[in-house]
Amino acid sequence: MKIIYFAWVREKTGTAEETFERPDGVDDVAALIQWLKGRGEGYQTAFADPAMVRVAVNQEHVGVDHRLADGDEVAFFPPVTGG
Amino acid sequence: MIRVQTEDFDFATEVARLSDGNASVGGVCSFVGLVRDMAGDEEISAMTLEHYPGMTEKALAGIEAEAHARWPLQDTLIIHRYGKLLPGERIVLVAASSAHRDAAFDACRFLIDWLKTKAPFWKLEEAGGEARWVDAKSSDDTAAARWGGGGGDKAE
Repeated sequence: MKIIYFAWVREKTGTAEETFERPDGVDDVAALIQWLKGRGEGYQTAFADPAMVRVAVNQEHVGVDHRLADGDEVAFFPPVTGG
Repeated sequence: MIRVQTEDFDFATEVARLSDGNASVGGVCSFVGLVRDMAGDEEISAMTLEHYPGMTEKALAGIEAEAHARWPLQDTLIIHRYGKLLPGERIVLVAASSAHRDAAFDACRFLIDWLKTKAPFWKLEEAGGEARWVDAKSSDDTAAARWGGGGGDKAE
């Protein structure tokens, strides 16, 4: 799967984009966040307050209970501030 | 029509296009968003807009389609810039044309309200030599919510 980070989520994780196989047991967005938090301090900081992070899967806004499939494009970002 | 671009746009030319050659248009309503020079009591030196290429276009097209589903519109236009902008520069243009003004006014307001809570853009403000990400405003969620039918960028 492809994971993309934007704005301060990117700055905190220190990663703009990464691709890896969907880990065993990572069936939904909440599980993916838990798994990512295990990857280091930057990720822990980025996801410290899950209410502050929004998620899109395959470029659609979703909630953390959204089921993941192999090959999904998952993006994490702060609440949007365009316009 | 949707355009996501770094370059500026000419307001008069863009808005004129919504009625050019179409005499059934009775009115065009437009909104332009600009970079303000102040945030609270702090002077802003620049603002950089980041976006999610691909999803941005998809989200804006969805918002535009929703406007057409809700009102009898002749045409709509959304132009949103990204990259580094200075105070006074244009960020966004939304416009709607219709046979009658009510639909044009309502659709225009709808387009900017939904854009602000759904389109994946993020503002980085520079003030006093420091850069910080702009926080989302709950007043924007309230403005979008009055149109119903969508949870913004939160879980849907």
